[in-house]
Amino acid sequence: MGHLSYEESKSKALKIILILAAITFVEVIICLWFKGHIGGGEPKSAVMLGAIMIAMSLLKAYLIVYEFMHMKYELPGLVKTVLLPTLLLVWAVVAFFMEGDYWKNRRGEILEKDKSESHLQLEYDSNKINKDIRRMSH
Amino acid sequence: MAETLTHHSVEKDEKLWEGGKQPFKVSYGKLMMWYFLLSDAFTFAGFLIAYGTLRMSSPTWPVPDFVFSTIPGGIHHKPLYFVTFMTFVLLFSSYTMVRAVQEGHRENKNGVVFWMVLTILGGIGFLSCQAWEWTTLIKGEHVSVTKNPFSSHTEHGIYLEGDGHDIKEGDSFAPGTPYLIHQHDGKWHNLKYKVTEGENAGAVKEQAFGPKAFGALFFFITGFHGFHVLSGVIFLLIICVNAATGLYVKRRNGYEMVEKIGLYWHFVDLVWVFVFLVFYLL
Repeated sequence: MGHLSYEESKSKALKIILILAAITFVEVIICLWFKGHIGGGEPKSAVMLGAIMIAMSLLKAYLIVYEFMHMKYELPGLVKTVLLPTLLLVWAVVAFFMEGDYWKNRRGEILEKDKSESHLQLEYDSNKINKDIRRMSH
Repeated sequence: MAETLTHHSVEKDEKLWEGGKQPFKVSYGKLMMWYFLLSDAFTFAGFLIAYGTLRMSSPTWPVPDFVFSTIPGGIHHKPLYFVTFMTFVLLFSSYTMVRAVQEGHRENKNGVVFWMVLTILGGIGFLSCQAWEWTTLIKGEHVSVTKNPFSSHTEHGIYLEGDGHDIKEGDSFAPGTPYLIHQHDGKWHNLKYKVTEGENAGAVKEQAFGPKAFGALFFFITGFHGFHVLSGVIFLLIICVNAATGLYVKRRNGYEMVEKIGLYWHFVDLVWVFVFLVFYLL
């Protein structure tokens, strides 16, 4: 902040909050339009909606971190130590979402495997019960 | 002469990390607040990625603009209205926080207290909204961490009975149509329907419960965020009282405590941007 006068930073803060509020408002409108709640029409592409929503959220995150949290005025070293580690999350998102998608595609196989395993479990249980019955009758 | 100068500057560099000098021209407290927030960001990212992974892995998922469509006064079918209001409350409390920090920089005690009180009210307002939202889900719609009555269809079909609310007998639906299984007097009423298209055409089925993980993820992640807001409100209160009693006037450091809690408060707002994105917008 040190680079701006009190009056300048005051009007800057007001400008940023109005931009953030406007982005949020537009985000909700676009979301409801894509899902067919406003403006009528059929629901539109979910992938397209996702891309727009993520881009707008990242823009909001940038404004909050750089303007409200004053990251813009910190030394480059501090900025790097805080922001570079978060890049690891990009891979985390990609890797886990791919894994989630894989689970969905293999759900049928998993269900079948579960069924065959619960079948084994039942056999095991009935064997145990038979043994118990034999033990009790002796 | 030149040699001694070099030697001198090396010695100075060695002492850089031995205290007495601020590494990135920020105080210890501010630097550590940044690193705490970085670690907290990873915690939240872990939870949100878990949500995304489970959602990706599930063939059906509760539709957010159907689940979150009630506003106070028992009004339904207002998708995302209430949560957008909550978002604005938190967003504007971030603005009042910025103003408190700015008043602190020019050592204006009354200004700091005034804007901090507004920030605290914003935080309490947000928490109240969240309490209402949770109550609606738990008491009204009977969502719990183990049961999720919200789901959506995967086939074309036609209802064989109505639920006395929005669904009437004979209503048809397509894949992706959301539904809520109602509970009356502690009993679930899973409506029967007939599949009209595809390989199961003609089969009579019952509405299935939605993915169990939804309730647990929703209550845990929004609860963890709400806990951050609550802690923030408590710390804001403490620092506001300290500021009002003139404790920070003596320090003459531009109300640095207000700046530090400000960083935390903006972070809570930042996390909400992403919670709002994954739970409500997508």
